[in-house]
Amino acid sequence: MNTAVALLSFIIFLPALAAIVVAFLPKDKPEAAKLFTLFVTLVVFGVTLWVAIPRDPASDSLHFALGQPDMQLSVGLPWIEAFRIEYLLGLDGISFPLVLLTAFITLLSMWTSWNITKYVKAYCVLFLILETGMLGVFIALDFFLFYVFWEVMLLPMYFLIGVWGGPRREYAAIKFFLYTLLGSVFMLIAILMLYFSSDLRQLATEKNVALFAAAHPHLSNDAGKDADGQPLDSPLMQKFKEVQASEHPWHTFNILALQQIGQHTNDAEWLERLRAGGYDGDKHPFDEAVFLGKSVQWWAFVLLFIGFAIKVPSVPLHTWLPDAHVEAPTPISMILAGVLLKMGGYGILRICYPICPAAGYELAWAVCGVGVVSMVYGAFAALAQKDFKRLVAYSSVSHMGYVVLGLGVWSATQANGFNPYYWEQGVTGAMFQMIAHGISSPGMFFLVGVVYDRVHHRNLDEFGGLFGRMPLYSGLAIVIFFAGLGLPGLCGFIGEVLVTLSAWNFSKVLAVISAGVVILTAAYILWTIQRVYLGPEYKGPHGDHLTPITPREVAIVAPLVVTSIVLGVYPPAMLDYLKPSVDKTVVELATWTKDVQPYIGLDEEQMEEAQEEEKAKTAALLP
Amino acid sequence: MNFVELIEGFIRQTREISLPSFLPELILTGTIVAMLLLRIASWNRITERAAQVLAAWLPLVGACLALAATTPWFYLSDSPPADLPNLGNVGQELFGGMLIYDPLTIYFRSFLLLFVVLFVIFTQLSGIPDREDAADFYTLILGSTIGMCLMASANHLLIVFLGVEMASVPSYALAGMLKGRRQASEAALKYAVYGAGAAGVMLYGISLWCGVLGTAHLPTLAVRLGEMLQAGTYTDRYAALVLGGLMIMVGLAFKLSAVPFHFWCPDVFEGASAEVNAFLSVASKGAAVALLLRVGLGIGYVPTSVPLAPATTSAARVDNGQHTKLAAATSEARATARLISSAKVSAAADKRQALNDALSPVRSFAAWLVAAVAAITCTFGNLAAYGQTNIKRLLAYSTIAHAGYLMMAVVPVLSQASLTSADASRQAVLGIAFYIGAYLFMNLAAFAIVAFLRNTFHSEEIATYGGLVRTSPGVTVCFIIVLLSLIGIPPMAGFLAKVLIFYPLVEGGHYTLLLIGGLNTVLSLFYYLRVIKVMTLDPEPEDRLPAHFSLVSLPGVYLVAITLPVVILGVAAGGLLEMAKAAAARLLT
Repeated sequence: MNTAVALLSFIIFLPALAAIVVAFLPKDKPEAAKLFTLFVTLVVFGVTLWVAIPRDPASDSLHFALGQPDMQLSVGLPWIEAFRIEYLLGLDGISFPLVLLTAFITLLSMWTSWNITKYVKAYCVLFLILETGMLGVFIALDFFLFYVFWEVMLLPMYFLIGVWGGPRREYAAIKFFLYTLLGSVFMLIAILMLYFSSDLRQLATEKNVALFAAAHPHLSNDAGKDADGQPLDSPLMQKFKEVQASEHPWHTFNILALQQIGQHTNDAEWLERLRAGGYDGDKHPFDEAVFLGKSVQWWAFVLLFIGFAIKVPSVPLHTWLPDAHVEAPTPISMILAGVLLKMGGYGILRICYPICPAAGYELAWAVCGVGVVSMVYGAFAALAQKDFKRLVAYSSVSHMGYVVLGLGVWSATQANGFNPYYWEQGVTGAMFQMIAHGISSPGMFFLVGVVYDRVHHRNLDEFGGLFGRMPLYSGLAIVIFFAGLGLPGLCGFIGEVLVTLSAWNFSKVLAVISAGVVILTAAYILWTIQRVYLGPEYKGPHGDHLTPITPREVAIVAPLVVTSIVLGVYPPAMLDYLKPSVDKTVVELATWTKDVQPYIGLDEEQMEEAQEEEKAKTAALLP
Repeated sequence: MNFVELIEGFIRQTREISLPSFLPELILTGTIVAMLLLRIASWNRITERAAQVLAAWLPLVGACLALAATTPWFYLSDSPPADLPNLGNVGQELFGGMLIYDPLTIYFRSFLLLFVVLFVIFTQLSGIPDREDAADFYTLILGSTIGMCLMASANHLLIVFLGVEMASVPSYALAGMLKGRRQASEAALKYAVYGAGAAGVMLYGISLWCGVLGTAHLPTLAVRLGEMLQAGTYTDRYAALVLGGLMIMVGLAFKLSAVPFHFWCPDVFEGASAEVNAFLSVASKGAAVALLLRVGLGIGYVPTSVPLAPATTSAARVDNGQHTKLAAATSEARATARLISSAKVSAAADKRQALNDALSPVRSFAAWLVAAVAAITCTFGNLAAYGQTNIKRLLAYSTIAHAGYLMMAVVPVLSQASLTSADASRQAVLGIAFYIGAYLFMNLAAFAIVAFLRNTFHSEEIATYGGLVRTSPGVTVCFIIVLLSLIGIPPMAGFLAKVLIFYPLVEGGHYTLLLIGGLNTVLSLFYYLRVIKVMTLDPEPEDRLPAHFSLVSLPGVYLVAITLPVVILGVAAGGLLEMAKAAAARLLT
């Protein structure tokens, strides 16, 4: 267990420690700072890759076991004890692929940073702090810790855009900061509401021991023996008894515990009362009406969703993204598109749905609607762009719309007997789409950056004929752009098709629209390829600078091309990692739906009526 | 009990309990007297010079001794023993009920004295006051600090007024300390006139309360008020009470620089030196919040320290038209005195419970009043800061906004102050105490940076800081940390403080206020970030003096030493959190 603490803390904090080292490197040797930073990102990627390689668990416990849906390598240490804030970390199939992606994209992005020449030392310091924040968000399992890492990313990003960006960098940087901070404040309010409403004692009952254990994967249940050979309480049982004996509500920031509390099924007593018709206004704590007649979880879901949707970004909260992307330097655009946008999707999947399922069920249409609108709007906006980078930015809005749709689809309903199959498909598709987009989108930004470095403009109408001048570059570019398009055989296809299939079961209209967006995507990607790479000759300025792609640039884009082909041809390479955890999450939510669906969104009177009806039905069935 | 016994008892209580507990203030007083005497030592140049050197270091010694006499580490530990010396298990009234000595007093007193210690070092490094003025300057600072300590321990309306005046009058002179500077004189005059007006209104409010309720002792006041509300008599006097409450709030709002009594704040901050600003924005705010808590809880809650057995007589005393009842009640009281003590205790507890229930409209009225002022203050401060070009004016509006956040946390303290939800109320007090502790470091650091940069560049315009990161990276990083903490971004102390302020709002169900507080955080981003932007992204101004500020200097080391706690308290808040918890633990028992 201690080795797991060391491993995960090492992954998270190595960049931050390295940042301190970089700060004290001599100022006149920018190359040294860059090399050192690249080395650190390489080490982080190497360690995560080492964790990912399947091995025999008996020989080595420090790796990510496939086919295991629960939290792995989880650790917990007390942090701020007065508020039971813990240093709680862990990896599962939802977070681990994103950690891997983060380390991968950060490494490539750092290598892309080679042509940064202004204030190199400061750049490296901020870059490394950013990496710590990103990794921390995906690994943290304590809500407070999660929030801290989430906010830690803000300032480095502000500077990275604001100092090293394009002509309108200051505007873009503050816009990014403001939007994200607004989302964060909403998130903070939701976190405090959930914290106050939570009571760990609900899990600390004899019936819920298993759920209590699931919420504390870092506590072992190995009971040691004392000197006399008497069995001792295991750490888990000690905590269990401590919680049980508590006189006051035991509030918690533990995301896993909040998930268990949030899903009503976990409170067996509550459900039994509900089924027996003994509803006496004794509601689940998250169902308490707090404001304007809506419950804690409704508000928490909405506030959290706004916070995450800003990050995704979903229409209408997306307007920071085109500005930030266009103004940011190429490596930072890669990070933004490859990693930061994924945090929104990750948050929705890890936090919104499992903690506030009733609100998620009630708002499924709203969420799916936001996803579809983003898809359509992003695609049309991309079609209208004249700026190469802006086009790629809007394609991100459109592609991330699939993620939101896939996550929002609530297809385990009474109509299909609460079968979670299609739902699993949607969420798996969303996860896969996040990874695929995390590969293709940084690739596209990098490719735009390559040509921008040479001709210093991005006007789509002033390109053409690049195929003749830079054949290797154009070949690689076309693969990456097709991966973004979702061509079968490349990574973008799998996620889109899974999401669309799943949406068909939820709403045929939404499915048809989301399938239709593929045509729009094809239109803008093909049109872009035609305008930039094809055609008889290059039309814009600085034509003589169009030198062939350098080996360094090939080395950066090649891993992306290879990954997108591998994931497109052999999706299990990624699905093996994420499927068990995604399935588990969805099955738990489907079970929850089955149990409480008739009662969702009802007020007390309606609740009683529903129970009367159910009783009458039961009575009619009985002889 | 005859008169002599009474006097002897009082003397004994003063000697054995009151004076030892009042030791820190006495030490400060002694220091002041010594410093005034130093002025005499001017018969030749050598003694004069020696006196000047002494005048600079004497206040530091005095403040350190006073802090040592307060012994916060003894009283504010994680699990203090139930009966602390001179404290009892709840709190001890000093000087016949004028002051209250409880963990909250100790917390705020330690806060003020720690600030004075750091402040004296700061002013020695920054060079204001000069050698001539040092004795006067520190005399005023220490005098004002005594007033603030009184504010934090006020248990009587007379002390409320006395404390406010003792804290304010030296501040007026401090604001005008930069002699020969017109702006400073203007600031001092504005401050004095405004302060005098506010104090007058407050005194009027105090006299209304005293007149209606027949006492100025806060717990007794609460008992009388509770009995009056319980009986439902004298409804015609409610208006006078409400008016009195509003007038007292004027005085408190002035000290807190809450809207609409904030007008003095930006002008005074611009005119006075950055050092004086630090004093006004940290110490004065802390004491004012403590006083708001004292007055709010004082009239809204009857603590166990008030003996309630003869309370029926006091109710009858208010009711001076019914003498016959008085006689009946006293005989009744005598009869109950014969009963066994346990019955008496439970009867008193029931009575206290009933009184506190009766006081609930008072609490909710006070909570509403504070909530409205807090929401407006916070929003106004943040909006007005946006257009500022002078860093001291900007920080003045930032101070106003932070006063708003602090007052937000007072709302759940008042609204939850009943036996059933006392935990939530204490939680809010904890939040306030922690916020003040974090605020000490961030605001002191902010003004220290302003003062040191003023010494470097001879300017206090934000534009002067253009591109500062390229010439003086160390101080820029410190300033960025401080500004982030003021916005409330983790992992700085300001973030944890803000969470601790917002959490009781959830607990108390004040969601509208919470939303206003949250949106204000976003609003505040604009202007704090603008300073960061100027320092990092903007080009260097051409008219700036070709100087730079290095961290490898005494002021630099000092700056690092007070900026570090801003980070440390954010990630390892344990000690301060425990102290804040202990400070709140014995309230509302």
